[in-house]
Amino acid sequence: MHLAYPAVLSALLFCTGLYGVLARRNAILVLMSVELMLNAVNLNLVAFDVWLSRAAEETLHSGQALTLFTITIAAAEIGIGLAIVLAVHRNRGTSDIDKLRDTAEGHETDGPDHDAPTAGQAEKAEATA
Amino acid sequence: MTTTTLAALVPLLPFLGAAAGLLLGRTAPGFVRPLAVLPTLASLVLAAVVAVRQGGDQAIDAATELTPTGSVPIELALHIDGFAALVAVLVGVVATCVQIYSMGYLREDPRYPSYAALVSLFTSAMLLVVYSGDLMVLLVGWEIMGICSYFLVGHYWETPEARAASIKAFLVTKLGDVPFLIGLFALATDAGSFRITKILGTVANGGLDHPTLIALLLLAGVAGKSAQFPLHTWLPDAMAGPTPVSALIHAATMVAAGVYFVARLLPVFEASQAAMIVLAVMAAVTMIGSGLAALAQDDIKRVLAYSTIGQLGYMTGALAVADRGAAVFHLLSHGAFKALLFLAAGVIIHASGTNSLAAMSRMGHLRDRVPDAFWTMTVALLALAAIPPFSGFFSKESVLGAAEHVATGHAENIPGAAGWTVLIAGLVTALLTAAYAMRLWLLAFRGRGAEAPDHGRQPLTMTVVLWVLAVPSLAVGAFAYRALPDWFDGRDLAPTLTTSVLGTGVALVGGIVTYATWRHTTAVAARVPLGAVAAHPEGDAAQVEAEAIASHAPVYGGVAYAPDPADPGRLLLGPLHRHAAVGFHLDAVYRTLFVRPVQAGASLVRFLDREVVDTYVRGAGALPRWLGIAVRRAQTGNVQTYVSALLAGTVVLAVAAVLVATGA
Repeated sequence: MHLAYPAVLSALLFCTGLYGVLARRNAILVLMSVELMLNAVNLNLVAFDVWLSRAAEETLHSGQALTLFTITIAAAEIGIGLAIVLAVHRNRGTSDIDKLRDTAEGHETDGPDHDAPTAGQAEKAEATA
Repeated sequence: MTTTTLAALVPLLPFLGAAAGLLLGRTAPGFVRPLAVLPTLASLVLAAVVAVRQGGDQAIDAATELTPTGSVPIELALHIDGFAALVAVLVGVVATCVQIYSMGYLREDPRYPSYAALVSLFTSAMLLVVYSGDLMVLLVGWEIMGICSYFLVGHYWETPEARAASIKAFLVTKLGDVPFLIGLFALATDAGSFRITKILGTVANGGLDHPTLIALLLLAGVAGKSAQFPLHTWLPDAMAGPTPVSALIHAATMVAAGVYFVARLLPVFEASQAAMIVLAVMAAVTMIGSGLAALAQDDIKRVLAYSTIGQLGYMTGALAVADRGAAVFHLLSHGAFKALLFLAAGVIIHASGTNSLAAMSRMGHLRDRVPDAFWTMTVALLALAAIPPFSGFFSKESVLGAAEHVATGHAENIPGAAGWTVLIAGLVTALLTAAYAMRLWLLAFRGRGAEAPDHGRQPLTMTVVLWVLAVPSLAVGAFAYRALPDWFDGRDLAPTLTTSVLGTGVALVGGIVTYATWRHTTAVAARVPLGAVAAHPEGDAAQVEAEAIASHAPVYGGVAYAPDPADPGRLLLGPLHRHAAVGFHLDAVYRTLFVRPVQAGASLVRFLDREVVDTYVRGAGALPRWLGIAVRRAQTGNVQTYVSALLAGTVVLAVAAVLVATGA
């Protein structure tokens, strides 16, 4: 089988995943898209490993070994990711990525952080007095 | 052991005691009291042994050079003549008495360990000054005393008076110490050595190039340390410290260091007639001014402080007429009776709960509460007023006799004007001294009104010490004026008839006039109630004193002043009283001359720093800050936007890399 088939398939998979990551609003779908991208990489790894080891005299099949690693790590990653999404959903009542903007500039935080700037101002006033 | 070894141990023992006290003060509080008293006592014994072995003969000299120090060598040197031996014994006696007294006075004070260690360190520094034969080593002791005085005056640092007084004492004495240091360098450059013996040898050969300049520079340091006009203003304020400290540092020893220094280097000063005249005028102004001020003070310790300044004026007066025997004789007897006066004043303040004479004069039976303090203080006041046969009479007469000797033209080299200045000022001061001593005694012990509060018996450590010091105040003078010339430079110290009659006469006049005035005003006292006593009369003496000092200004409107129409001093001084109570406005003058300009300079620097320097700093920071604000706007919080930007960047980089690789 020519190398072009798996390579094109992997590129398509990757682009689909990229589109999902960039355009989807639901966090779970974004995670699934990440899985697609990972699997595109896996496919590439296996395909190129086979292609390269055909020419070599002896090989360790490191590409295929790395694929196994990627699958394991992807499993762990999706577990943690889903747990976070679940926790966010329980906390906020939504898992819509557009609405999770806590790190934005000028975002109003609520909680004990509010006292910090006032305390700083008080210290400054003491120092000048 | 050789006498040199013993003499080296004398300053060393209290120093080791101080170091051990500072180290063990917290961990082993049981050792603090022995560590405070025993080294001081041991060094007293050793100083006495050294004095007996020296015996007024040839001075003991020993020197060792630890390391070469450049052009003029600095050596660890001892120079023990009769002056040094006897002054060391005085320092040992007073320091031991003060350490024992402090055990009772500060018995509940949480800071007693550091206090006792500092007193030991101070004692060691003073003994170093007394024994040192090298001016640089002397200067080390001189400065250690200054810093110890700063710490000890500020012992009650909770009160603003004590904080201000400690800083004032430090700054004013340092103001004198800077010219003093320059004077020492100039002297050493001229003489080629810091050793006292070599310097005196150079002076005797006329090898001093700038005698007037050197003498005047050294006099500045002496005026600062010995509280002479115009650098005396720190001493009355230093009374905000605990009473034993006042007794040790501000009456008997440290303030005497300046006088002792001049006595040691008297030939250097004698080489310049101008310096002797300056010394005489300084002594005269100090004596009369402090006598008037003492008559107007309301705080019992401030009366004694001004009295100390006046008595030191006598000593510098004696030095101005080139009689160091008389000066050191007065130093010795004054050290004993002034320490006694202060320690007794501490007992009185504890018993009455106030330091205000106006309040004491409205308190009945105070003397029955403190019989020991009453009797010993009476002895000490008689000695202070120079009534025969108390010790103060003989020492003061030796000063007046020396002045008369010079005034009548019996001495060469010394201008007769100096003699007349000292003699007349001394007689006027004798009058004033007797007047304020009488006023103090009458107001403190002959008060009428409500019973004095009963605080129970005074601690034994505090009363025994008074009697120990009463012995030299009472008896030493008559014995000493015959023995001392052997120890000093052989000049006769016996009182002459003219000055004795004159001095005792004016003293009696001063006392009687004050008594008559008091009889006149005492009726007024009953009509004008006054008084405030410490809030915690059951506390230890130190706490009572701290409270008395803290409450004096709010109750009476000033640390030195009380609106008491029944005060005999007010009647005697008339319109002068207002000015004398505040020390003739010298503090106000210094405030306008020095404090205000410094404060104005400080606010100018503050303005320059805040408005000018900071503007540049803020301007330099403005551009990065604006850039930061602009970049922060890109932070939308939407993760997908970030990833899109990341992708776009990656694509651009990839394309660029491909283009570069293909060489397009």
